[in-house]
Amino acid sequence: MIRACTVDELPPGESVRIPGAPAVAVFHTEAGELYAIDDTCTHQDASLADGWLEGCFVECPLHAALFDLRTGVPTCLPAKEPVRTYPVLVDDGVVYVQGVAGEDAA
Amino acid sequence: MKRVAVVGASLAGVRAAQELRAQGYDAGIVLIGEEPHLPYDRPPLSKAFLAGTASPASLELLDAGDLASLALDFRLGVRATALEPSNRRVLLSDGGSVHADGVVIATGGRARTLPGFEGAHTLRTLDDAVALRSSLVPGVRVAIVGAGFIGAEVASTCRSLGLDVVVLEALAAPLAPVLGPSLAAVCARLHRDHGTDLRCGVAVAGMDAAGVHLADGSLVPADVVVTGVGMTPATDWLAGSGLKVGDGVHTDAGLVTSLPSVVAVGDVARYHAGGTGRRHEHWTNASEQAPVAVANLLAGRTTRTYEPSGYVWSDQYSGTLQLAGHPRPDDTLSYVDGDPASSSFVAAFQRDGETVGVFALNNAKLFNRLRRQALRRPATV
Ligand SMILES: Cc1cc2nc3c(=O)[nH]c(=O)nc-3n(C[C@H](O)[C@H](O)[C@H](O)COP(=O)(O)OP(=O)(O)OC[C@H]3O[C@@H](n4cnc5c(N)ncnc54)[C@H](O)[C@@H]3O)c2cc1C
Ligand code: FES
Repeated sequence: MIRACTVDELPPGESVRIPGAPAVAVFHTEAGELYAIDDTCTHQDASLADGWLEGCFVECPLHAALFDLRTGVPTCLPAKEPVRTYPVLVDDGVVYVQGVAGEDAA
Repeated sequence: MKRVAVVGASLAGVRAAQELRAQGYDAGIVLIGEEPHLPYDRPPLSKAFLAGTASPASLELLDAGDLASLALDFRLGVRATALEPSNRRVLLSDGGSVHADGVVIATGGRARTLPGFEGAHTLRTLDDAVALRSSLVPGVRVAIVGAGFIGAEVASTCRSLGLDVVVLEALAAPLAPVLGPSLAAVCARLHRDHGTDLRCGVAVAGMDAAGVHLADGSLVPADVVVTGVGMTPATDWLAGSGLKVGDGVHTDAGLVTSLPSVVAVGDVARYHAGGTGRRHEHWTNASEQAPVAVANLLAGRTTRTYEPSGYVWSDQYSGTLQLAGHPRPDDTLSYVDGDPASSSFVAAFQRDGETVGVFALNNAKLFNRLRRQALRRPATV
């Protein structure tokens, strides 16, 4: 599990990129849900945290593939492969992402 | 409709087939494509594929799951040779024909060639890219005619392969008619910063084994010559169909031709809106036209019209260039973030006090934010 940020640092409609291998993007939707996915678009190498958040979809900033934050599945070309999704947990005002590589031993 | 023939098995044709299914059409779709390959994506042909870092499989537009769910009747390696509206038939180069109640024209275009440049490479198809790639062996000197998007991308990829590159451009600055003088200067700088010898205002006369001969009599020595001088819409097969063609297939603002059962999409579609005919040669356009054209085809009349987003990207050297909207070179340009000398900036084109275009170099986040706000592009969801 990795610490992403505090809830205050991620208002609704915003996203944050957590560097690492792999880098992870955490989104706070306007509806108040938190989602975490692999930050790198499966089409090329755009950072999805830079993308446009619309409901529970993020549009890749380079070529507009739309990823469903709930499943990681792209709903249109040019991306074809899903991104990984990770469970998000909030504890005491801090946002944590579970299952990111590196914490398997825990 | 019992059968729709989609002519052209590339991006626009694939997107049209996907939209037919998405919009509930469950009868037959015949996808006719001249190239022997399953539908593939072209942008990487001048970038990662040419550089050797993307495989042919990674270019495929449809995976096994898509192929199964779309249930397309493929006719690949076959050219449509004529459209006979009165018989509702598309004739094929193998002597066969397809009976179809609806037709989607998605034949894109072919790379333009230059007289005197027989033996030069062009880059439009996978086969073109394979041929060009195999000639880019260490030590060759490359001359590229044309500094448009494709010429610039090929130059960039050749430099990444460590080759000597000369780019010969007729204009005073690359892409100036699209981007205006200051951004054209940025594009010129990208070439120079990465060791490409860009020569503007140059008239070429022809080529031979020694290289490219210029109109002033001088020789630019080269082992590999590439011409990147645009494309010609593939409408030859429509002669005699009664459809109006001329720099593309003429349609109304909803991509419907003079026949309600025939629509056109992608690079080949010349749609008429506000009294003028327009055609685009960009990926996003081909993708975004499909839902509109298909809705109108299924409705049997124009119920939706096409609003172009004008979105284009290009990867050149260390830069990702993004452009949206419909700027003119004489619009006022202002830098919203960074400046033309920086490695990352965002600029806006203004006309009569309104933002009509947004351009960015390596700043996708701000670009998209501005493009949404300033150009009020409707949400895609
Ligand atoms: C090298 C390259 C790089 C590019 N990079 C970018 C980029 O970075 N960004 C961007 O926005 N755009 C880019 N583009 C443009 C983008 O690829 C095109 O806009 C897009 O491919 C248009 O799709 P289309 O289906 O309309 O036409 P096309 O892709 O041209 O496809 C038309 C298909 O129809 C077939 N066909 C033609 N005539 C017939 C016939 N009579 N019968 C049967 N089949 C026929 C052709 O063989 C072809 O396969 C690039 C294009 C190229 C060539
Ligand atoms: S990099 Fe994301 S869609 Fe191309």
